[in-house]
Amino acid sequence: MTMTTVYAAPAADLPAPTPRRLAAPAGVGDKIFTRVTLLTGFIVLGVMAAVGLFLSIEASQALRSTGTSFLTTSEWFPDRGQFGIAAVLTGTIAIALVAVSIALPLSMGTALFITQVAPPKLRSTLVSLVDLMAAVPSVLYGLWGLFFFQGQVIGVSRWISTWFSWIPIFEVTGADPGSPLSNQTVFTASAFIAGVVVSLMVMPIQCSIMREVFSQVPIGEREGAFALGATRWGMIRIVALPFARGGIIGGTMLGLGRALGETIAVLLIISPRFDINFHILEAGGNSVSALIALRYKEATGFGLSALMAAGLALFALTLVINFTASAFVARSRSGASSEA
Amino acid sequence: MTDLMDRPQEAPGRTARTVVIDRTATPPPLAQQRRSLGGVTQDDLLTIGGAAVSAICTALLLFGRVAPVAGAFGFVIVAYVLFVLTYAMLVSLREERPAVVDKVMAVLLGSAAAVAGIALFSVIVFTLWRGRAALGHANLYYRDMSEALPTDPLSVGGIGHAILGTLIMISLAILLTVPLGLTCAVFLNESGSRAAGLVRAIVDAMTALPSILAGLFIFATWILILGFERSGLAAAISMSIMMLPIIIRSADVVLRLVPGNLREASAALGAPQWRSVRHVVLPTARSGLATAVILGVARGLGETAPILLTAGFTATLNTNPLSGPMVSLPLATFDFVQSPQQTLIARGFATGAVLMVVVLVLFVIARFIGGRPAGRVSKRQAQRLAARSARDVERFDARYLEAS
Repeated sequence: MTMTTVYAAPAADLPAPTPRRLAAPAGVGDKIFTRVTLLTGFIVLGVMAAVGLFLSIEASQALRSTGTSFLTTSEWFPDRGQFGIAAVLTGTIAIALVAVSIALPLSMGTALFITQVAPPKLRSTLVSLVDLMAAVPSVLYGLWGLFFFQGQVIGVSRWISTWFSWIPIFEVTGADPGSPLSNQTVFTASAFIAGVVVSLMVMPIQCSIMREVFSQVPIGEREGAFALGATRWGMIRIVALPFARGGIIGGTMLGLGRALGETIAVLLIISPRFDINFHILEAGGNSVSALIALRYKEATGFGLSALMAAGLALFALTLVINFTASAFVARSRSGASSEA
Repeated sequence: MTDLMDRPQEAPGRTARTVVIDRTATPPPLAQQRRSLGGVTQDDLLTIGGAAVSAICTALLLFGRVAPVAGAFGFVIVAYVLFVLTYAMLVSLREERPAVVDKVMAVLLGSAAAVAGIALFSVIVFTLWRGRAALGHANLYYRDMSEALPTDPLSVGGIGHAILGTLIMISLAILLTVPLGLTCAVFLNESGSRAAGLVRAIVDAMTALPSILAGLFIFATWILILGFERSGLAAAISMSIMMLPIIIRSADVVLRLVPGNLREASAALGAPQWRSVRHVVLPTARSGLATAVILGVARGLGETAPILLTAGFTATLNTNPLSGPMVSLPLATFDFVQSPQQTLIARGFATGAVLMVVVLVLFVIARFIGGRPAGRVSKRQAQRLAARSARDVERFDARYLEAS
């Protein structure tokens, strides 16, 4: 028979056992490695922070001289001290909103098609094509918009302005709906055309984020919906869309941030004007980045500071939009499930 | 036989009986056919085709009689709306409402993808088509524009200076961003430092930086304050500011996918951290890292706005990135097409086409080597790895024999 040994409880005066240190002292290689990586981290941090700080410092000169009228003035005469971003910022936002309202259904449809409808063999090809759309340089989209698309879309612009000019944003001053041969130039170089071209650049970004989120839809919920007799669209409506809501909002906003900053395509297409113009179909418009590209050459020290201030306003706007977007993507259920 | 089925009910109280089915008597089971749950049937194709034909005919009719929208684009839109309506009607002839909605929505989703595809295709084809006249001249690829007048035919002058300028700028930008970007991504993932969160947030914020501001920053500091002239180097630095956050972010994502147990295994074998990063983490993520770099480079190649502010513009070949203006492909494209001269516009499209081909090639390379999750290797890589470990075994054996 074996005896059960009962150990006596340790006496109270024995020292409490201390946990053993597990970390070994780092070798020379590791010390160098840690220092070097930390250094690169700080270099990147420094460069990136320098851009932001420098822009704010340079812009402060112009901002101090105008104060709040910087936000309400629409002219741009820095040498006379009369300048503001009311016109360029509204122009930028108008173009970006047109771009996003066209890109949103396109990207959502494409993302849903790729993840839920397309045969699996086709999927990777489609994904590559969408990624390729993102890689095409923006100057080429600008060329396409200026030389090809503008000529095609004028008829549509005219049609919208003829039938929907009672909606204020579709009104076009100088258009004569009566005569079919009226001057077409009132419709060219508009915020609408620039917005459509920018939408092609924004769409792949939105699409890839939405695709990522749609592909994380839990398989159990999907099949549950099918098992209960849902059609494919029924499954998308009751399972996929609610699941991906955070990703859809976040992706759309990231696209909006990109659309706000687009320069070259807008510069090629739009003819600059400096008044607040909500008539998106009408010729002329402006954007902050186009303004900088147009005026940086002739700018004196103060003029440059004014351009910096405009750029800073744009940067602040895109920054807020991007952070809100990341928060949406991160907080959505889709983000949570990918961690598990 | 124990079949009790045809026996009469004996007593009302006794219900439970064992029933053994006579298998020999039952007819052979029907050959079961697997029902196809997805896919496209002939019926679907005919419905879609019929709806398309009818929509095109109706649209042609409408455009002949009453013209609501002018232009080819308007025709396409009208025809499309008619197509969706006709298709919905055809499907509703024999399906229930949920099925109709499902089919119409599938067509709508598919056409969103088709619109994106057509747009991409038309951008690529249009650029190549308009540039075809200039692309055929060999002098385009090695001459510069210094002796060519705007009115000169396409057989004079070329964009050699822009091609070389782009190559120099992107090489400098790669030299600046790739070591910095990859080391920073390693820092974000491997160091466990508290600063990593801050750096990641700042890098995230910088992806929101409009490209023109990167140019304006370099223009104001490097050129106006520090007094350097506009040069290829200045352009490369502004390009790097745009590329750096992209490379860091995508490399960060790739490194995060490297399985943690590989790191732990390496640490358990006694490797110091830098060795596990060098020999385990980076090789595992190699294809993803290459993709991150190539996509960053493709993005940098296409940047026009920062180059516009920092590189200056020149018509002559300049191989020195430290002094004198230098021109890149997107900038040359932008400059050419703003001219009223038709030949210059043709040159602009040709320049754009060259740029696009470069980006396409890079993209295909990125797809070819990348797109594989961390640690997954291709067949040839697997063979190479197997050969290497066989050599290792031999080496160990040899050493063991020596020792004993």
